[in-house]
This record gives sequence, C-alpha cells and structure tokens, in this order.
Amino acid sequence: MSELIKLSLTDQILGLTDKSFSSKEITEAYLNEIKKKKSLNCYISVFEEESKENALIADENIIKNKARPLEGIPIAHKDIFCIKDKKTTCGSKMLSNFISPYSSEVFSKLDNAGAITLGKTNMDEFAMGSSNETSFYGNVLNPINEKLSPGGSSGGSAAAVRANLCSFATATDTGGSIRQPASFCGVTGIKPTYGRVSRWGMIAFASSLDQAGIIAKNAKDAAIALKYMSGFDQKDSTSLNEEVKDFQKEVDAKQDHVIGIPKELIENIKNDQVRDSFNNSISILEKDGAKIEEINLPHIEYSLPAYYVIAPAECSANLARYDGIRFGHRSDSVSSLEDLYVNSRTEGFGREVKNRIFIGTFCLSAGYYDAFYNKALKIRNLIKNDFDEAFKKVSSIAMPTCSNSSFELGSISDPVEMYEQDIYTIPANLAGLPAISIPSGIANEMPIGLQLIGNYLDEGRILNLANKFQKLTDFHEFK
Amino acid sequence: MSSNNWQPVIGLEVHVQLATKTKLFSSSPIAFGAEPNTQANEIDLGLPGVLPVLNKEAISHALKFGCAINAEISEKVIFARKNYFYPDLPKGYQISQLDDPIVGKGSIKIKLGEKSKIIGVTRAHLEEDAGKSIHDLYSNNSAIDLNRAGTCLLEIVSEPDLSSAEEAIEYLKKIHSIVTFLGISDGDMSQGSMRCDANVSVKKPNDHELGTRTELKNINSFKFVEKAIIFEIDRQIKELENGKEIIQETRLYDSKKNLTQSMRSKEEANDYRYFPEPDLIPIKISKDQINNVRKNLPELPEIMKERFMKSYGLSNENAELVTANKETASFFEDVLSYKVSPKIAVNWITGDLFALLNKNDTNILESEVSPKHIAEIIQNIEDQKISGPSAKKLLEIVWSKGGEIQELIQKEGLEQISNDDEIEKILDEVIFENQKQFEQLKSGKDRLQGFFVGQVMKKTSGSASPKVVNKLLKDKLSK
Repeated sequence: MSELIKLSLTDQILGLTDKSFSSKEITEAYLNEIKKKKSLNCYISVFEEESKENALIADENIIKNKARPLEGIPIAHKDIFCIKDKKTTCGSKMLSNFISPYSSEVFSKLDNAGAITLGKTNMDEFAMGSSNETSFYGNVLNPINEKLSPGGSSGGSAAAVRANLCSFATATDTGGSIRQPASFCGVTGIKPTYGRVSRWGMIAFASSLDQAGIIAKNAKDAAIALKYMSGFDQKDSTSLNEEVKDFQKEVDAKQDHVIGIPKELIENIKNDQVRDSFNNSISILEKDGAKIEEINLPHIEYSLPAYYVIAPAECSANLARYDGIRFGHRSDSVSSLEDLYVNSRTEGFGREVKNRIFIGTFCLSAGYYDAFYNKALKIRNLIKNDFDEAFKKVSSIAMPTCSNSSFELGSISDPVEMYEQDIYTIPANLAGLPAISIPSGIANEMPIGLQLIGNYLDEGRILNLANKFQKLTDFHEFK
Repeated sequence: MSSNNWQPVIGLEVHVQLATKTKLFSSSPIAFGAEPNTQANEIDLGLPGVLPVLNKEAISHALKFGCAINAEISEKVIFARKNYFYPDLPKGYQISQLDDPIVGKGSIKIKLGEKSKIIGVTRAHLEEDAGKSIHDLYSNNSAIDLNRAGTCLLEIVSEPDLSSAEEAIEYLKKIHSIVTFLGISDGDMSQGSMRCDANVSVKKPNDHELGTRTELKNINSFKFVEKAIIFEIDRQIKELENGKEIIQETRLYDSKKNLTQSMRSKEEANDYRYFPEPDLIPIKISKDQINNVRKNLPELPEIMKERFMKSYGLSNENAELVTANKETASFFEDVLSYKVSPKIAVNWITGDLFALLNKNDTNILESEVSPKHIAEIIQNIEDQKISGPSAKKLLEIVWSKGGEIQELIQKEGLEQISNDDEIEKILDEVIFENQKQFEQLKSGKDRLQGFFVGQVMKKTSGSASPKVVNKLLKDKLSK
C-alpha cells in the first residue's frame, strides 16, 4: 500500500484508470502516512473523513467511466487558499478562527477536476518568511533532515510532497515561496506567469507579485497539475485572458532550447558547491543539444531592495482588513476603537508580519513615496526590460534557485540575511515571468535546485526543459 | 465689521452616488433601505482573498458626465488605494482615484438672476463608498451596515470659483440637474445620493493669495449647504477682524445648532498613503468610446430650455422652471402630447400643480395628477365646458380622489352653465339686488363690470361661463 503514495502523478492516474488500485486505497495510504509523520508538522488541517467519502465517490465515477482528469488523486492545498466552510488560517493567529464562506478558484478548479483534498499545508504567516519559522502553528521540519528548514513560505507543501503526504500540493510564490522550499526539499516547484492562475480566494500578501503554482514530484506531474489549475477567471482582473496550452503535451514534446546564462551573476556565486553544481547542470543540458548563450541582466542586482519596498508596501494595505471588526482575531482587552485595532493587530500578527507592515507603511508615507515606492517601480520596469532584451535571443534563462542548501532551523536571526534567501527567485516575480525549480545537485548533503525562467506565458518551454533534465538525471528521485 | 471688505472663496467637492445596477467592484445590488448587511457579499465585506472587478456601467456613467460638462477625458483610468482605518471601511482602504481621474478639467455654467457665471470643474473621479456606522442603536455598542459599502460615487471637485453661498447652491442645483438629466443618479440628497464638502476661505478683494481655508464635511441638503457656508464665512470674517488667524482644519456643520465645529486640524490630518491599486489593471478609454458617448448624450437642461423657448414660445422663467429637472420636463412634454397650448400647460404646471406638490410635500414623480389629467382639464376649459375656477377645484379633487376628468366634471356638477336663459335669470337677480351699482355702471363706471360678473360666478359656484356673463351684461347695458 505504501508503494502507491510513492508513485508519480502520471502513474497514479494510470493505475486508477485501469483500476489497478482504487482512490480509497491511495487516499487511505496517504492519510496513514500523514498520521505517521505528524511530527513533520506539514499540515494545519487534515480532512480525514471527507477525504475518505470523496474517494468512494471518485471510485464510483471511475467505475462508471465518468472519471474527470484528476479523479481520485489525493492532493494538499497551502493554507492560503480559501475553501468554503473550512478553516483558512494563512499560518496566522489572526485567522486561526476564520472559516471561509467561499472557495478560491484554485481549489474549485482542482476540485472540479476530481482531485481529493486531504488537507491544508503549513506555511509562513501570511506567506512572509523563507524558513517556515514564522508560522503560528510552528515550523515544518525538512523531511530529509529534521534539524533543517524546509524553506518557506510554502514549506508545508514542499515537505508534504517530499514526505509522500500528498500526490502534489498547491503553493504560492511572491518572491520565491514555491521555488526555494522546492529546492530545499529536493522537489519540483513551478511558479507560472503572473495572471496565469486566478488569485480569487488566495489570501493576498503582495497583489502584484503573488502567483499560485504547484509543488510536485517531477516536471511531468507539475505540468499535469498546472494544466488543470490555470486559466482566465473574470473574478480576478489581473488574470490573463490567454489560451492555456496543453502543458501535459508540451512537457514531452520535441523542443529545441537556447538557454541564457547571466554570466556575471554565476561568477559571483559565493558557495562553490552551488556554482559547480550549476555549471554541471548546464553542461548536461548542453551535451543533450541545448544551445548556451551568455546574457546580461544589468539591473538584477537591484531586485532585492526593489522587492523589499514593493512587497511590504502592498502588504501594508492588504493586511489592513485584519482589524478585529468583521472576522479574525479580536482582542479581549478593548476599551476604545483604537484599542480594538491596536490590541487585535498586536496580538494577532507575528513579528515578521509586523516588520513588513511597518516597512510598507513607511515607504508609502508622505515624503517617502517617491524616494522608495516610485523608485522601486522604476527598477522593476528596468528589470522587466532586461528580461525582454534577453528573451530576444534565448528561450529560457538558467540560474540557481538559491545561494545555499537548507540551513538549520533557528540559525538565521537577522531578517536581512533571511531576505537574501530570495536573491535569485525575486527577479521572476518582479518581471511576472514563469520559473521552475528542479533538483539538480547536492550541497552540504542537502538538495539544491536549478532554476529555469521562461518567457511570458511560456510555461511549456521550461517544463519541457526541466523534464529533459529529469530524464538525464536522478536528483529528483526520492532516495 | 463690514463683510463688504471680505470676499469669500468657495470650492465644492460633490459626491454623487451613481445609479448603477450593481456596486463599483462587486455584483451586489444597490437599493436604498434594504435590511442591514443584506446587500453585501464577500467582496463588500473585504474577506481575505477577495478581488475587485470594475463595473463598466460606472465608467460609462462617468464618461457621460465628463462629456456633458465638456471635460477632458483621461485615456487611461487608474485606480488607487486610499488607506485609513475606520470600522465601516472593510478593507482598511478605499479604492479611489488619485492620478489620471476619469474626468479632467471641465466647466459648468450657473445662472445668477440675469447674469451667468462659469464655474471650473477641476476633476471628477470614481470611488467606492464606505458603509454606515450607527452609534445610537445599541447602548455601549456601535453597529455597522455594509449595504452602502462599495456603491459607486463620482466625486466632482470644483475650482475655488464660487464667491457666495448663493452661487454654491446654484452650482449644486446645476450638478443635480445634469446628473438627473443624464440618468446617472437619482440625485436624491435625503437618501445620500448627493453629498457635499465645502472648502471655504475669505480674502480682501485686492489680495492675490487665497486665505487659509477650512473644509466643511458631509453636508446633506441644499439648505444646510447654504447655512453652513454662510455661518463659516461669517465666522472667518469675525476671527480675522478680531486679529485672529484661520486654522486650516476640517469642520463639521451641526444643523441643529446651525454652526460649524472643529473636527481635526491639518497637523492631525491623515496621511492616506495612496498607491496604485494592484488588483486592477489600468482601463483604456478610446476616442471612439468617447465619441459614442457624446453622440448618444441625452438632451441637457440648457439645450432643452432653449428648445422650449424657441418651439413652444415659453418665457425664460417658465422654461427654466420646467427644465429644472428631468421629471418635470418630461411631465410637461407629456401634457403637450395631448395637443394643448404649451403656454397654458406651463402655467398649469408651474402654478397650480407646483402649489399642490408643495402643499403635499412631494415631487412630480409622486404626483397624483397625471399629464393626461392636466391636458384634459385644459381642453375642457378651451371647449368652455368648465370655467377656470371650476378647473382649479377639479385639479384638487383629482389629487385627493383620483378618477377620470369627464366623469368627475359630471359627478361634481362642475359643468359650465352656458345656457343663456339660465345665466340671464341669475344676472337679472344680481341686478335686482344691486340696482344702485347697476345705475353707476350704466353711467360709465366701467370697473363695476367685474363686480357683476363676480357676483354671477358666486351664485353659480363658478360654473357660469364668464364669457357669456359678459356678453349678456353688455346687452343689458346697451338696452
């Protein structure tokens, strides 16, 4: 039974379709594994009974030949996606009592495709963090080495996939929150083009950067999952009214690749193992026939400061609704309206969230707006232009996902050092481009990831390249 | 102290609630007077994860207003977040516009007796309304009704071109008539469909610089706008003449005490930390779209008034009165559709009908008397079936009892007596009773003619035809 949970999504779909095993079997196997590995703290909620019931319905559909594309596949959602009548906490005390009266588009789409929701995964509070340590529900442990961080903010989703606690998991990425934990846990994580997946019902951190995506065992699985999650949604004005290509076909199609390498950035990698591994990955792809081109991204070094103005600025407004008035945590010690606001927010938010609200509020204040926010927007445009230039001659761009492998829980206390975790992942968010992280090597006995950034709406291309790499290597296999 | 030494400078910010079917960013309906919180969905409540979707009808309403006042129209409409905390503001920010308001510079002509004056409009922008806080419903608790939260407002900002309370009222009336003629608002001040803030300062006539201004907030009737401005001008003059300075501040008008009171000064003023709304993409407005709106613009009061004067021969004053609002104008034209004299029709409407509306404290929409009623009354007078005084009586009967004109004339015995014999008999009676006066009339005291006609009318309760009475009297005198 425990072998079922190790199968790839592709094989699970095959096995369910030809009735080699049932959804009931596979669902129960995952539920057992979740219980067994409770100490990893991957899940905030588990819907045990409901999952079992839904598995029976899925099996019926399969028998009646009415199976939908993901019929009976047990998955997990990051606890940032609202699900009707379910607790949706966003990893925060503020929402520890919030039962959503409506569902996110991401949940609805996968639910309609037949997937079974096992539960909701742990995350950094309001998706702000790179180690999963800011969660009100305690940090997730890295399944490969429990002393280490699974990364963040989608640490619960990445660890759950790695520990075989779901077939695949949804996640979100504002500055690297899918790719960095995927890199730390040795799994595949893709953040599609901004606007590819609807943000309706996905709790906002920084609206212009937030994008939902997938963490899966490999690129092929990610392609299938992404296919059923993507598409235009009129409830989200920033959602793109563009045709969703069949990623499942594209991932296996015969494609030629021209890979751009930002030479300066690679030369400046401080960690030798990370740099060597990166160069090794590129030569594997080159040997396989990919063309390699040097490119220039002259403004990429300003990504981090620009991001840490824009993201907190948007977050300071997005989190203003948590005021203790209509939902969420309300302080008991209240004697005035100001008390209600101040005490509810002081008690309901953790330290990192408060830090970012402060930074954002400051950056938008009268007299500072031009110096910070406006300047950051200008940098963002320059970075976009850099990518546009590069994509004139290459079909994807490669760089490491992170400058290091996973670190020990509790070892980084300086917020700026923590922010530097996102140095290679942020540019794709600022430019709104699709990017994938795939396991590509080992540093300090832990996995590290190769990041492939695609052109606007060209998820198929990076999925194809990632799949190619995974055919040539075995870093993505769980050992 | 002489107010002649001071010149008031007034600018108005008028909030017009647009008559859209649904709210500015959600599909909740808009209706005044619904049960609290029954017209607020997850978007209006500002739940985690919700996103705004712009209501296109609001854009088209705003464009109509812009075209009607010959304003510049922005090619790109950008929304911005205006951040502040208040319990009836669910998201902790209001979606409004800062740069690129949909309507730019335009102008509105107001009438001041015989003269007219052009008032500059700086801008008009779209924004969502807040909910309502109710503080007097429960002891120790406040209540919040979010039915109004998210309804569409057009904020129309004038240049400081107004120089008296009278001008301010004329300007407001003009806006009221424009928006009602365009059908973009019901303009009902008592239901909050038009609200007004006034910026007031005074200066010496020769000063080039404006004086320090105060802002009078949220005044909700024409009468109070007038009173608040008059009080504030007077207060500022007194302060200045006593050697004091005007403090730049927000003041609230207390209609019960008829005075303005300080609410907050500039130093305590909010920093709204505006920034572009990342959940909405900029809306492009094409030249075609603008031309289309311009082409289909309904007839505006100014033009309609001229048409009424030209084709119906109405006086300036009467034309002004029947074009004061859309409802009166269409009532007037409905009466004319029964082929009655426009000049007579306008007298009935602006005279007797307006008097009845005033007496019953209502407006023409609620009139118990229909255009058909008025037209038939006029026709009956012209056909000499009823007399003028009977007609007035008939109008009041229609108002209180309703019914068909022809039936009422018979039922109430209002038919005009035009039978010469019958009238002659009564006239003889009158002459007999007033022999002395008759002799005087005979000897040339012409003004007594009216006395005799009046007496006959009195005896017949107004149902005799004055024309016939006059004719018979003349016959008798010439005998």
